[in-house]
Amino acid sequence: MPANKTLAILGAGKLGVVLTQLALRAGYDVYIAGSGSADKIALSIQVLTPGAIATTAEDAVAHADIVILALPLGKYRTIPADKLRGKLVIDAMNYWWEVDGRESEFADPMTSSSEIVQDYLVGARVVKALSHMGYHHLLDESRPAGTPGRKAIAIAGDNDTDNQTVAALVNNLGFDPVIIGPLARGKILEPGHELFGAHVDKKSLLTIAAKNED
Amino acid sequence: MATKKKTDQSYISFGLDSFGDIPRGTDGKLLTHAAAIRQVIDEAVLADKLGIDTIALGEHHREDFAISSPEMVLAAIASKTKNIKLASGVTVLSSDDPVRVFERFSTLDAVSNGRAQVILGRGSFTESFPLFGYDLRDYEILFEEKIELFAELLKEKPVTWSGTKRASLDKADVYPKTESGHLETFVGVGGSPQSVIRAAKYGFPLMLAIIGGAPERFVPYVDLYKHAAQEFGTSSDMIGMHSPGFIADTDEEAVKIAWPAHKTNFDRIGRTRGWPPITREHFDYEVSNGSLYIGSPETVARKIAKSIKTLGVNRFDLVYGGGPMPASARLHMVELYGTKVIPRVRELLAEQSGDASK
Ligand SMILES: NC(=O)c1ccc[n+]([C@@H]2O[C@H](COP(=O)([O-])OP(=O)(O)OC[C@H]3O[C@@H](n4cnc5c(N)ncnc54)[C@H](OP(=O)(O)O)[C@@H]3O)[C@@H](O)[C@H]2O)c1
Repeated sequence: MPANKTLAILGAGKLGVVLTQLALRAGYDVYIAGSGSADKIALSIQVLTPGAIATTAEDAVAHADIVILALPLGKYRTIPADKLRGKLVIDAMNYWWEVDGRESEFADPMTSSSEIVQDYLVGARVVKALSHMGYHHLLDESRPAGTPGRKAIAIAGDNDTDNQTVAALVNNLGFDPVIIGPLARGKILEPGHELFGAHVDKKSLLTIAAKNED
Repeated sequence: MATKKKTDQSYISFGLDSFGDIPRGTDGKLLTHAAAIRQVIDEAVLADKLGIDTIALGEHHREDFAISSPEMVLAAIASKTKNIKLASGVTVLSSDDPVRVFERFSTLDAVSNGRAQVILGRGSFTESFPLFGYDLRDYEILFEEKIELFAELLKEKPVTWSGTKRASLDKADVYPKTESGHLETFVGVGGSPQSVIRAAKYGFPLMLAIIGGAPERFVPYVDLYKHAAQEFGTSSDMIGMHSPGFIADTDEEAVKIAWPAHKTNFDRIGRTRGWPPITREHFDYEVSNGSLYIGSPETVARKIAKSIKTLGVNRFDLVYGGGPMPASARLHMVELYGTKVIPRVRELLAEQSGDASK
């Protein structure tokens, strides 16, 4: 049974569903929410991820040890920020201009999107992870620890204990965790950077990250 | 063998899908957009001769694809063909007008003696939004409202409708009516569960766009569609899938032609979306375990038969000619698909179900 065993996943789309599937398989309890009421996603959850609990974002967060953000980045201001105070929050979101629009605060090349999210989530501890690999690679390539060629997931966060907690989760989900540095460093995982889309093993991930030292 | 009536739901239909990628001429140079469109028409004419069930043309609004108005090209194909179904794949309904979409496709249905088919989708590309003056932030609501209106229009009765993103309609009657009273309409979906449920809600046949990763991962989506259809009391008889591929005489030849074309295509799109260039390793993975149907007729037929069986679908469309390929190789591919792959898939499926008699 994993520590921090209850997850809240905000976003019941492509990524949210796959993360829920992986987490259930790893023995976590999962509360998952879309933008609205629980019944809007109840059927999908029942069929696609049996065992997860479909609920509202606020309720999911209330139960959770760890909250995973898997909603469109452009909607981050709809996250119930006050409910996330004191929580460990994994930001898996990317700025995707095709859904988030071109005229966005995220188009700024200097600030990483996770820093903007951290600024909004006052009192929460934001770690960037599970954002750079496409959802079907996440599903196809999850492997037990020690499997040769196991793929790696990069983690960027400011607090070492939190990074370790996220690393344990990533490992349980089926990937080698690689802590690449503080939250701001998560920039190198964003669209337009070499690690975005990466589904490579730990060694390659480290090599690419080192190349992109700024 | 393939004598089942096409209305029988156990009949498996096979299609070819294109976005009008620009092929290369014999001199190795890219054809013009205009010539690329005529190439697709030639391919569709050949496909019709070979008894392929459907040609589906998707819209794009960018330099690397020639087709922005699929129904214009389909109308040209209609006049040169007899049996092949003429489909869009997809019509980006969010940035189009449902009334106009109905009018254009019911016109195509008239021109083609009832062969028109619309595949509605949100589209994975959104260049059409700024081009036609739509706000990307309305991505969800535009599709939601317009599909609702389109479902009303399909009843071919006067429509009264109101929403927030389009002018209301008050008993508006829309023409031409189809002769069959039914303009065939699918909904194309990627990996979004909400879209699957929406298709079931309106009782639209489902078309799964499986463009990467193991096809098995869509099995739960097929279940979801069936569950949802049951809950809404709609039909879930027709489920199709489309995936990219390429066929040549041998596996080596197919990979030799498809890899550089695929890479050019993928990397160009990746640059605008911010993902890194595709590696040969990733390509090989997609060919062996994922969703690229590339190889000799036997290799591709086996892979298609496996996917059809795993997912329980009754329609398979091959997205062909992705990237800058030699025009002649594309035509040859259509020929191999029609003469070798499709018959072989039917044979494999019949062997597996043990009723080769049909
Ligand atoms: N797709 C991938 O491969 C992938 C990989 C890594 C990271 N990501 C990132 O993950 C995020 C989600 O992507 P996706 O592809 O899964 O998108 P998606 O399929 O469109 O799903 C988005 C989900 O977020 C929900 N949502 C919207 N506002 C919400 C809110 N305030 N609280 C809770 N849920 C809310 C939506 O619910 P409604 O339907 O009710 O609006 C929907 O279920 C994006 O930031 C994306 O960049 C995606």
